[in-house]
Amino acid sequence: MRLALRELRRRPGRFGVATAILTLIAVLLTFLGGLLDGLEAGSTGAYRAQQGDLIVFADGAQTSLVRSRIEPEVRAQVEDAVPDGAVGGLGSAQLGGRLEGRGPRDLVGTVVFGYELAPRGLPDEPPGPGEVYADDSLRSEGVEEGTVIQLGPARTELTVVGFTSDAKYSGQGTLWGSVDTWRQVLGENRPSAAVGEGTVQALVVAVPDGADPADVAEAIDEATGGATETLTIAEAIDALPGLAQQRQTFSQIIGVTVLIAIVVVALFFALITVERTALYGVLKALGARSATLFGGVLLQAVLVTLVALAIGVGAALLLDAVIPAGSLPFAVTSGRLLSSAAALLFAAAVGAAFSLRRVLRVDPASAIGGGA
Amino acid sequence: MSPSAPALRMEGVRKVYPVGDDEVVALDRVDLTIGADEVVALVGPSGSGKTTLCSIAGALLTPTDGVVEVGGTDITGLSPKQLTEFRRDSVGFVFQTVNLVPFLTARENLLVVDELGARRGRAARDRADQLLEELGLADRADQLPSELSGGQKQRVAIGRALMNEPELVLFDEPTSALDSKLGEQVMELIRHEMKERGTAAIVVTHDERMTRFADRTVHIVDGRLDDEDGRVDEGEDVTAERPSGAR
Repeated sequence: MRLALRELRRRPGRFGVATAILTLIAVLLTFLGGLLDGLEAGSTGAYRAQQGDLIVFADGAQTSLVRSRIEPEVRAQVEDAVPDGAVGGLGSAQLGGRLEGRGPRDLVGTVVFGYELAPRGLPDEPPGPGEVYADDSLRSEGVEEGTVIQLGPARTELTVVGFTSDAKYSGQGTLWGSVDTWRQVLGENRPSAAVGEGTVQALVVAVPDGADPADVAEAIDEATGGATETLTIAEAIDALPGLAQQRQTFSQIIGVTVLIAIVVVALFFALITVERTALYGVLKALGARSATLFGGVLLQAVLVTLVALAIGVGAALLLDAVIPAGSLPFAVTSGRLLSSAAALLFAAAVGAAFSLRRVLRVDPASAIGGGA
Repeated sequence: MSPSAPALRMEGVRKVYPVGDDEVVALDRVDLTIGADEVVALVGPSGSGKTTLCSIAGALLTPTDGVVEVGGTDITGLSPKQLTEFRRDSVGFVFQTVNLVPFLTARENLLVVDELGARRGRAARDRADQLLEELGLADRADQLPSELSGGQKQRVAIGRALMNEPELVLFDEPTSALDSKLGEQVMELIRHEMKERGTAAIVVTHDERMTRFADRTVHIVDGRLDDEDGRVDEGEDVTAERPSGAR
């Protein structure tokens, strides 16, 4: 082991190429992870911000807010099904927003939400008519407290009275107001989709303490006679269009990247082991065990990978720090960094393991005879 | 080691390698006894079995038949793991080619032996310094092999072989890479160090001129030993007859 450490310290150049390639891979891994998390955060924020446990969609809406309509009668059935829980309406409308001082075609993509059960970071009582809280990603568009946004073709004016965070939806900044404000915006800008008094797109349900959300969801759908499709928040997030595919695609790219790391480590240390065959023969003749020699290879692979990881993680944190909020879907989470590190260390161990057989096969007797 | 035990005792040692359906006999009924501080030169042409003999004596290989004792310990039936430990503790090696660990200083090359086994720390460092001093390398202790001359490297290798205070040191062509003057100096040094420590040695060489530094020369031809007078063993009856040790 000490031998392996001394070699790293005295001949760092020998490990330079492997360190450089692994560093690039580590940077790629952390960036891919950051992008995936950023994209996911950008499309799921509005759901993740919900403090309820369930979302009730109309049956046949395919768990899409836009297609879903919950009429007052159905809502009453839902409320009856969870007498001890809390039920609140939710509505959304995707509209382009115009900001003062910007051209008429310079639209900011926004999603207006009307809520009754307050999501995280918003007051229990929704703001008054025409007033909204904005997701702080909209700050990068110049939105401030007091900014008036003109929404949609009807240029419905909404005034920003405060901010919330991490509440994006569909990659767009969100505006949170009362359900009445949402109905007004929808009616003026999407007359064909306008809804009557008491109608919402979906219901957010907070189940009573100790109740199993899945059981409650089943009870709700039963109580409405199949007029609703109730999902937990996590299920609703997974059901968002494109999210699963996006995850899958990124996971595959990340998987291939880890595979490449395994190949890099395996090739590099196989080469080094071949170069060391004679030295290993001498050391084995002197009494070194194969386990000690392989332990050295493993230690070197892990240390080289740790250096690469330190640089990769540093680069990800730096990128996260320098990009303005909302400009790039990039999020650094400790969980992602840890899993990237674990994946790369796993690759190092597996890659190094390819040299095990070669180390075992070195015959100490080969040290004697010197080719004679 | 018991005080009276020879450094090496080989009795009826055979080594047979399978080659396809055939067998190649690398060593054939070898009897060899080496006294506690005896320096024996082992001379033979390529393929004569001197490497195999050295490997078996050095616990690198196990014989097909026969008994091998090093310093009174029977190593014939030891497992590979036990052989590894035995080599680490009781045998010294000086190899012909790749020798020193290139990225370690002279002192560290000596300490490798300690690091591979149960570490003795301070005592090992003291021993390494003492050996380097005795080998005239005290001022070279912190230099890498690439900064040492051929003779100095060989002296470091000898120091390494002596680190574990072995019963037996095997020298594999220690002078083949050196010119004859330097070769003689190294042989003289080997003899001196062995005699001073009372350690036995087998020096494999193809250079007859170097044999004068040995107490005894053993020739090996086609896997069979030949004594100083050039008499080749004649098979079955030699075990009883042969003056296998230089008593």
